[in-house]
Amino acid sequence: MDEPTSPRPRGKLKVYLGYAAGVGKTYRMLDEGQQLKRDGVDVVVGYFEPHGRKDTIIKAQGLETVPRRKLEYRGATFEEMDSEAVLRRRPQVCLVDEFAHTNVPGSERAKRWQDVQVLLEGGIDVVTTVNVQHLESLNDQVWRASGIRVRETIPDWVIKQADEVVMFDLPPEALLNRLRRGAVYAPERAGQALQNFFKESTLVVLRELALRQTAHEVDMRQVVEEAPEPSPSAQPASPAAPLVREGQPDRILIYITADPLTAVLIRRGKRVADYLQADCFALAVRPDSELDTAPPAEREAIDKHLNFARSLHIETRVLQGDRAAEVLVEFARLHEVTQIFLARPPKRSGLSLLGRDLVQQVVRLARDMQVTIVADRHPDRVAR
Amino acid sequence: MLDSCVRPDPERLLRQVQAEEEFERRGRLKIFLGYSAGVGKSFRMLDEGRRRRERGEDVIVGATQLVTPPEVEAVLEKLEVIPLKTVQGSRVMDIDAILRRRPQVCLVDGLAYDNPPGSRHAKRWQDVEELLAAGICVIASVNLQYIEERREQVEKITGRTFTESVPLSFINTADEIEIVDAPPEMCLEHAGDGADGAGASPSRQRQLSELREVALLLAADVVDRQLEVYLKRNGIDQLWGAQERILVYVTPDLNGAAMIQSGQRNSDRFHGELFVIHLNDPGLTTEERATLEDNLAVARQLGAQIEPLDGEDPIESIMQFARARGITQIFVGHSTRERWWDRLWGSDLDRLIRQAEGIDVRIFPH
Repeated sequence: MDEPTSPRPRGKLKVYLGYAAGVGKTYRMLDEGQQLKRDGVDVVVGYFEPHGRKDTIIKAQGLETVPRRKLEYRGATFEEMDSEAVLRRRPQVCLVDEFAHTNVPGSERAKRWQDVQVLLEGGIDVVTTVNVQHLESLNDQVWRASGIRVRETIPDWVIKQADEVVMFDLPPEALLNRLRRGAVYAPERAGQALQNFFKESTLVVLRELALRQTAHEVDMRQVVEEAPEPSPSAQPASPAAPLVREGQPDRILIYITADPLTAVLIRRGKRVADYLQADCFALAVRPDSELDTAPPAEREAIDKHLNFARSLHIETRVLQGDRAAEVLVEFARLHEVTQIFLARPPKRSGLSLLGRDLVQQVVRLARDMQVTIVADRHPDRVAR
Repeated sequence: MLDSCVRPDPERLLRQVQAEEEFERRGRLKIFLGYSAGVGKSFRMLDEGRRRRERGEDVIVGATQLVTPPEVEAVLEKLEVIPLKTVQGSRVMDIDAILRRRPQVCLVDGLAYDNPPGSRHAKRWQDVEELLAAGICVIASVNLQYIEERREQVEKITGRTFTESVPLSFINTADEIEIVDAPPEMCLEHAGDGADGAGASPSRQRQLSELREVALLLAADVVDRQLEVYLKRNGIDQLWGAQERILVYVTPDLNGAAMIQSGQRNSDRFHGELFVIHLNDPGLTTEERATLEDNLAVARQLGAQIEPLDGEDPIESIMQFARARGITQIFVGHSTRERWWDRLWGSDLDRLIRQAEGIDVRIFPH
């Protein structure tokens, strides 16, 4: 009976996408769990956050829950999903709430979505929930719409891997009513929430983002059905791998620097690439080593941005050269890039000439490609 | 820095008050939108009716589908139903009985029915209008294929024709719209579509998936409109919605067509909107005017929204337009670059980039 090592094919991932706490994703997930159980499927709850919501707690009754793992951190006790226990239990389906959650330091893995990867690799199907504002590529847009910088993000490719993305919708008005009735948060938290994320205009924008994102996910899955990709290789290619592949009309190159706006640039470039189904890579140019007088902080910033790009599954390269614009455009031409993405030049100020120069030079040199200067999506820059 | 509030004038305030009074009197309309039979619209709608009734609202069912699955039947049993009446062999909603009963909330499962000739209204959605005008709230359900403006698209996907329809303008009057999304397999199970149960054909799966996408985008558009209305009502002029809006600035230049086509492709991929603008410049030569016209013909053919702009300063005009329409990407072409380029950096292109702080600027090649 007990065959813990028999290999199973990778589990299937289903994501319920919402746009705010309280729309009913968790309830829907648990409802699906109950339905599966009635159908005789071996289903467990890996993690579920009741938030003291009566309806949801009742919905979880009768479902087997794998006990959470307790962890001490700075004198407090935290509870996380015990992925290893779920793997040992080996259910057919595991329900995992709050896909974008960050585990407490000291956990096996930093993020819950990484725990879910482990379950999927173990052959367990996973049903999970996430709100649209946690998607990495939407981080700046959400910031602009809400004034809130969401810290817990999930790379888009993780959602892309899901076999099914289902939108769970609720009109903002109904959500606000729920909030006022105390059905989402306890009263003191509800008041606070109404001030922040739950402003009506913010909710409407988030809802539209979720609808459009789900439509995009549906669209992407149709395309994949038409022309199956050879292998959705999750790992960034090794430095030796050729960058040029045939049959792709659009190729996007993101120029990575120490500029803090680079993160916005990377997210935007990747998002555009995903929508255009374009190849996307990123390049940093370091000064020739003997001349490298860049302060360590700058080098660290570049490394940080390169790592960030890799975490979003963007191929990265680092080249040496003192004339960054020339190196960049030459590389782009060699690799048949159609679009170069640059950050906005710094504001007019004493030292800014360098940055403005770069945009100017690239535009002049890259006369055979498009150059996109990416917006600074800072909410303060916008009249509200 | 920018004006974010508009000082209200008395006329506008009066109109606003009148609109609000009208709004108060009228019943509220909520619509559940599904992309195909079997997604679970009826259930979700009736279940909301049940919950409201449990919270003390006076809820009745004004119209049900002719065939109801068992889980829907179970909810219906908990609700008061005003039966459909038979007129000339058709089953129609008994609007007089509903008006006499005067509930707070009336549930209407299936908006897109034609009434038989001689009825007070030709369409059921017009019956619903009358209920709303009488101050009764209506919760209704409708399937994508019955929305007039999407009918052609749906027919192209499914190869089937549908005669009954509801105009999008009516859907847009809804106070709330809620999309009922589900994977295609669920429709196949519930709709008795593949009645044998053993999985439908890949082409049917694909159809459902396409319909699902259309429905999600339709809901997004409705939501986008609501956002616009909300922002206007609150005196907020600039909007940064979720929709990508691409602005192509065309000059009398041979590459304009390529740029417009790229704009079209991009807005298609993003399911966004495409605007093409050009300057009203009386100083153009005949030849330049002809080239510009050719470019605009391409834009027209692609269904872009074309706007001529006036003004001395092109950058100022572009930016004004861009801010007013919530543009997210501006495409400018090479002739622009050429002309600007021969001047010193710090001129037009530089100004555009500088002023377009919240907007991507894409510069097109030779």
